Amino acid sequence: MSERIAIVGVGQTYFKSRRPDVSEVEMVNEAVMAALQNAQLTIQDVDAVVVGNMELFEGDYLVDMWLTGGSGAYMKSGFKVQTGGSTGSSVGCTVFDLAATGEFKTILGIGFEKQDEGSSQAGLRSIHEDVFFDVGSSGKSAATAVQSVALDMMRRKSITEEQVAMVRVKQAENAMRNPYAHLRRKLTVEEVMNSPRLAWPLRVFHMCPTSVGACAIIVAPESRVKTISNNPAWVADWTNIHGGILPFYGSLTPSWTSTPLGPMWAWSVEQAANRIYKRNGITNPRKEFDVIEVYDMATWAEIEWYERIHLCERNDAHKLVEQKATWIDGDIPVNPSGGVTSTNAIGASALQRIAEVAIQIRGEGGERQVPNVRQGLAVTAGGDMYSAGVLLKKSL
Amino acid sequence: MSQKVAIVAVAQTKYTASNTNQSNSELLWEVTKNILEQTNLKFEDQVDSGLCIDKIIHCSEDFWQGRTISDSILHPEMGGFAMDVVKVPADGTQAVYHAAMSVLSGHHKVILVIAQRKESETIRSSIENNAFDPIYLRPLGLDFLTAAAIQATRYMHVYGLTEEHFARVVVKNRKNAKNSPHGQQDKNITIKDVMSSKMLAYPIKQLDSKPVADGACAIVVASEEAAKQLTDKPIWIMGLGNCYDSHYLGDRELSQSQSLYAASQRAYDMAGIKNPRKEIDLAEISDEYSYQELLWAEGLGLCDLGKGGELIESGITELGGRLPVNTSGGLLSGLPSGVAGMAQTAEAFLQLQGKAGARQVDGASTALVQGTTGPSGQSQCVIILNRPKGGIL
Repeated sequence: MSERIAIVGVGQTYFKSRRPDVSEVEMVNEAVMAALQNAQLTIQDVDAVVVGNMELFEGDYLVDMWLTGGSGAYMKSGFKVQTGGSTGSSVGCTVFDLAATGEFKTILGIGFEKQDEGSSQAGLRSIHEDVFFDVGSSGKSAATAVQSVALDMMRRKSITEEQVAMVRVKQAENAMRNPYAHLRRKLTVEEVMNSPRLAWPLRVFHMCPTSVGACAIIVAPESRVKTISNNPAWVADWTNIHGGILPFYGSLTPSWTSTPLGPMWAWSVEQAANRIYKRNGITNPRKEFDVIEVYDMATWAEIEWYERIHLCERNDAHKLVEQKATWIDGDIPVNPSGGVTSTNAIGASALQRIAEVAIQIRGEGGERQVPNVRQGLAVTAGGDMYSAGVLLKKSL
Repeated sequence: MSQKVAIVAVAQTKYTASNTNQSNSELLWEVTKNILEQTNLKFEDQVDSGLCIDKIIHCSEDFWQGRTISDSILHPEMGGFAMDVVKVPADGTQAVYHAAMSVLSGHHKVILVIAQRKESETIRSSIENNAFDPIYLRPLGLDFLTAAAIQATRYMHVYGLTEEHFARVVVKNRKNAKNSPHGQQDKNITIKDVMSSKMLAYPIKQLDSKPVADGACAIVVASEEAAKQLTDKPIWIMGLGNCYDSHYLGDRELSQSQSLYAASQRAYDMAGIKNPRKEIDLAEISDEYSYQELLWAEGLGLCDLGKGGELIESGITELGGRLPVNTSGGLLSGLPSGVAGMAQTAEAFLQLQGKAGARQVDGASTALVQGTTGPSGQSQCVIILNRPKGGIL
């Protein structure tokens, strides 16, 4: 009971716009096999499998059933979890809970999305808060949801449009060093600033792509870790937060509405980070972390999260960007993977944030490796206001 | 795993065929309010310190609600903001399994597990078809009924069971439901009624199949320390096990459930149960289709392989028999799918607390709950509950 746990294997597919060459089962299997190879284990060593994706996006009910052939879940324990954009981190937190019981040898966590076989926007539109009054009456989408975050930042003069473009260019540079990333194309500040508008001030190049791919992690309790890996990424703490809706606005209020607490999405992210900091005595995250992965569904969100996870003071995100502090050679690299703006296969995205921090701690980042990573943080965010925080360490 | 995780409270709505008076949130609020009043618990964000609900596990499914991230708007209406929340889109037993594991991890102390479903608002078969491989199986028009019919036929063929055996299960469970304040069926039916009801897919007839149901259930799972503070009658979760079988029906020997055999062995090992037939006092078994109670009883080792027919004929599983099965009335008496595993866990809890009223099994100290997700019982989950020996009754 309450065993210490570590990530001992990470695997992912090469993310693309379309994968007509594989089924969902085959695609998930690519990530599972990669994770097993990374951990130098076989599927016989795994005794539980937790899967996550968005049910309505591909239109697969209970998709973990069909997946058993590729996920390796046949005759093993497991179940499915889902929480929107943060589904991958919910898979992570569930796997961490299971591992910490000490009842399992090794556990496989899988997040994936095959958006080329469904309509994510059609699925997403069904999220509208109230079926009687809301559906069809507004054009809400992921883009307009992030718009509220962006507008709030503009209003607070936290960042300029040009600085946002600089952060997007940083993400593109990082993605070019990550062979698994989806969008691997050099961008310039001018290109980003001149890309078409989606929802003012949000532009096309600020927004995440529609990606296809899968990510898997393998987690083991301490008693098993020693026999598997001499280079584990220890999971020191994890929390899965749901911001919920504001009681004083009632159920008719869209959760991304700007409120006295700011856009509610941002509030959830802050709660997840605060909880991890408080429980682990972290007072200066910019100094104490060597790498951070955030769920940047749009570049504006990445910058808002800088403030929310306290890398800088409120309204000071522009200073962080001016100093290029979050660049891969800066003092607090954020998203060396290229982040969600470079790759967004929804069910996989939040798990990739955890996986990338593990990769960095294990020193397996290749061209995108940040030197000497001892401690890292993954923070995720997704509809509808779910966020997770995961603290990973080189040694406990 | 003795006395580390307990169930401390349960709440259920009445299960009805069509609840046009309550929305999904109102159903959930009914059970959540009941739990908050019973336990005096508050959500984590409402207290500065001390015992509180520190996690919500919502058993919910996008397809049934026609809404993506189906839980995101529902449970916040119950209260609880910036709390640890996760959704398990599967049978309710899996949500209870998750809760027990989260407590066992030492990461949580008190978890509220909630589930609601309004089957009356949608069409079951159109959803279930989407659970099959979209390339080879979905175009065949399979749903869980036709998949069950294939399994029932195979079961009859291999072991010589008859439609009458299955009908007996329906009669028994509907009789039990008459004693349940939550059940929706209170009419006496006979084997003849079942046999002459409308054929849906051979050998499954209308009364062999779970009726449409709406309702909600809530369960509080707590650590040992928290449980002792919250109730003087904690019911301990002694064993847990779950397991996936192969997806393709043709890859399985459908007349046996190897995933259930594995899941139950895991649960028995954890609970230290050597001989389930002797050590288990009552069982709640998923009976979405009548044959399943018998097939799953075999998978659970409650009788020998192929002897499900003899089990139901012997009367052992009747209320008053040596091993009463589905005193709640089961799914056949109208539990909503998904909610069912939790409702059956709640029934086992009430039995072990001695609060089952007219359907009380005397002196019950160990109960088994089994739930299944997916076509023809592909994924199985088993929970063993126990009250302290010589304890509270």
